[in-house]
Amino acid sequence: MDRRTTIKWMLAVSASMPLLHQRAAGIDASTALPPVPGQGYGTDPDLTRIYHPGDLWPLLLTPVQRRTAGALCDLIIPADSASPSASAAGVVDFLAEWVSAPYPHQQADRALILAGLNWMDSEGVRRFGKDFTALEEAEQHLICDDICCEQTAQPAFTEAAKFFARYRDLTAGGYYSTAAGRKDLQYIGNVPLKSFEGPPLELLQKLGLSPDEVQRG
Amino acid sequence: MPFVTSATLNKRYDVIVVGSGAAGGQSAYTLSMEGARVLMLEAGRKYVPENETPMFQTPEEGPLRGAATPDKRFGFYDATINGGWEVPGEPYVQTTHAAAGRFDWWRARMLGGRTNHWGRISLRNGPYDFRAHTRDGLGFDWPLSYTDLAPYYDKVEMLVGVYGNNDGLENTPDSAPGCLLPPPKPILSDLLIAQGARRVGVPVIAGHRAVLTQKLDFNTSPARLHPGNPTAQKIIAADMQARAACIWATPCARGCSIRANYQSTTVHLPPALASGNLDIVTDAMAHEITLDRRGLASGVSFIDKTSGKECHASARVVVLAASSCESVRILLNSKTARFPQGLANSSGRVGRYLMDTVGSSLGGQIPLLESLPPLNEDGASESHVYTPWWLYQEQLAGKLGFARGYHIEFGGGKRMPGLDTLAGIEWLTGGSYGKKFKEDARRYYGSFVSFDGRGEMIPNEGSFCEIDPQLKDKWGIPVLRFHWKWSEHETRQAAHMQKTFKEIIEAMGGRVNGAVQTDGAQAIQAGGSIIHEVGGALMGRNAHSSVTNRWGQTWDVKNVFLADGAVFPSNADKNPTLTIMALAWRAADHILDLMRRKDL
Ligand SMILES: Cc1cc2nc3c(=O)[nH]c(=O)nc-3n(C[C@H](O)[C@H](O)[C@H](O)COP(=O)(O)OP(=O)(O)OC[C@H]3O[C@@H](n4cnc5c(N)ncnc54)[C@H](O)[C@@H]3O)c2cc1C
Ligand code: SF4
Repeated sequence: MDRRTTIKWMLAVSASMPLLHQRAAGIDASTALPPVPGQGYGTDPDLTRIYHPGDLWPLLLTPVQRRTAGALCDLIIPADSASPSASAAGVVDFLAEWVSAPYPHQQADRALILAGLNWMDSEGVRRFGKDFTALEEAEQHLICDDICCEQTAQPAFTEAAKFFARYRDLTAGGYYSTAAGRKDLQYIGNVPLKSFEGPPLELLQKLGLSPDEVQRG
Repeated sequence: MPFVTSATLNKRYDVIVVGSGAAGGQSAYTLSMEGARVLMLEAGRKYVPENETPMFQTPEEGPLRGAATPDKRFGFYDATINGGWEVPGEPYVQTTHAAAGRFDWWRARMLGGRTNHWGRISLRNGPYDFRAHTRDGLGFDWPLSYTDLAPYYDKVEMLVGVYGNNDGLENTPDSAPGCLLPPPKPILSDLLIAQGARRVGVPVIAGHRAVLTQKLDFNTSPARLHPGNPTAQKIIAADMQARAACIWATPCARGCSIRANYQSTTVHLPPALASGNLDIVTDAMAHEITLDRRGLASGVSFIDKTSGKECHASARVVVLAASSCESVRILLNSKTARFPQGLANSSGRVGRYLMDTVGSSLGGQIPLLESLPPLNEDGASESHVYTPWWLYQEQLAGKLGFARGYHIEFGGGKRMPGLDTLAGIEWLTGGSYGKKFKEDARRYYGSFVSFDGRGEMIPNEGSFCEIDPQLKDKWGIPVLRFHWKWSEHETRQAAHMQKTFKEIIEAMGGRVNGAVQTDGAQAIQAGGSIIHEVGGALMGRNAHSSVTNRWGQTWDVKNVFLADGAVFPSNADKNPTLTIMALAWRAADHILDLMRRKDL
């Protein structure tokens, strides 16, 4: 979705819900969308230092946006016995870094995501009279269930489903690329080894494979 | 000897080498190790892999989890510096932006060029590849045969270190004994792919990549590399000992600080510098070969990018190795009364017959790979196995509808999770979120495979580059304008790739992700996008139909040589770099020979 469609979508949403926008925060951010102030890191950045969100360009999410962003990414990746929630793993900071980055791809996402977060709050108000973050979890699920699958979403939710799909991808990307996420997926690489032995025999047998599948002359 | 500046250059060198990638690195290595005094001019900055490589950095330690951006097109940690599809201040012109007619040009402006981040897949051309025209009447033959180049393939493999097996397959040559290192063990998805591929009649064999699966043979190889030259043997033996073997972690595309894979900066340049015969000037943008009164090259004019000043270096011989298109650009920009169409262009063929590799990709998801126990599958980063072209006979019998073959590269495994690892899995999960999504992520992580076809393109009249009449880069140097065309041999081949990939995925019990393209024009990736630019100054048998002879020596100016892919008369499905290096070594031997005989 480009920025123009996003704005059109926002206008459509506001037109159908004239009462919902007492609070200005979300809408203002998404319709105005001034260019981001920061600069890219250029074609020769230091590759060996450690960067934190905010080091390279200012983070633009407002406290209200951060709150909704956090609630939504924790609904997508909640804590369980194996690993922490998305926000606990730093995903909100990552999302703030992402939408604030001075690159075209990230700016397209910014338009979509700010509009989407705003929509989540509006939809909470429309259905239950409260911002998304103030809803009971069951109420939040009722909204998300309508938009979590682009293929099956009702036409009225097409745009919201597009937003949700992108938001889930970014949340998952932000999460699984951290130490907590790697642990959750049981990734055990990125350590030096003396030799590379390939998969264990028992596993091959279980899968009906032999170590000699690869042809030799 | 050392890194010098435009102010501290020697008065005159034996040879100037323009460019420091695979071609420049190999040329400078061979020449300086055998005693020639060499000056290397490199447009990019000095780059020191030992200090600058982000070996173990994890995605969250970089900006945007290491995502690709216009500044770093292949991701933050990729070893490309000051490069990509665009280089700031150094534009090029596309005649069309339509997918079918565009040529995208990848450059890396740094010491070592694209060899710092290339895929390291190192395949030999086979005997058929050198006589393509004789075999099927299309394209051109090479003015040399496989047997002429085989000893140089052996040498390059021994020097840089390439793993693989000798499998004795058709047009997929074996190496001499002692050249190849043992291939790494296949990862799980490799074995499943091999099993599935066999079911549909497609062979899978060990990959060939420039990675040290063990240390090089520093006892035996030096004498085979530099017979009769004890000094060179000593230098290279010491250097081979200093290179570590692969530690089975860290992506090769970031470069390798322990020098376990091939980069010009870690393999060719250190021994060449140790010989004492090589000077390197970085930030030196060459733009013209100058001539003396006899019409021979006298040296190279370049811009010192640190000062913006015009400089000149002199030598007996000039070797262009700036990457195929850039070498062509330098020739075309070297216009004089004697060569009004550009240097060495009396044939009018400089810039013609530009080629890339045909590329098409498909991914799949394999239920057998779901929910497996943890496995460390980092290995040597990629391509432990591959599929060489296997339908030579069917093709020759005219059964396929396209004339040349392709090989297949595979992706799979439990790679370090990144931004995209679990993106776009809605087609599998039905849109899950919450605890269910976390379970789905654990289930599907590591269950994806990908197939990349890499096929031969036949040179054609519609694919070429020339100097744009208007546009100049920020140094005032006229830039290239590209024209591109695929023939049905390429588009049909791309459609065949898609069909093959689908068959293999299904034979593995898997599901194709996305659509299988039956329309080849849709299946094929844009020109240039596989980054195997070759051609533009073809070698051949005579001066009216080609630019150089079989040593890369231009017909028109006998002390100007081309050492990069520009001279390729055909672009076999085999990735070009090993062949570039073998040709460069051969050309350097010839230069040394001519200099000894005072013919240069
Ligand atoms: C991501 C990627 C993956 C690849 N994978 C493979 C693979 O697996 N196998 C394979 O065979 N090939 C692969 N390639 C291609 C491979 O990198 C090239 O074939 C190889 O590097 C060509 O060597 P070269 O010396 O001609 O050019 P380069 O390596 O590009 O070096 C040219 C050098 O010349 C310098 N230069 C350019 N213009 C000037 C000038 N005017 N003056 C001075 N210096 C100049 C450049 O800055 C550069 O350093 C890959 C490429 C990329 C980008
Ligand atoms: S996989 Fe091996 S060769 Fe490649 S970068 Fe890592 S250590 Fe070096």
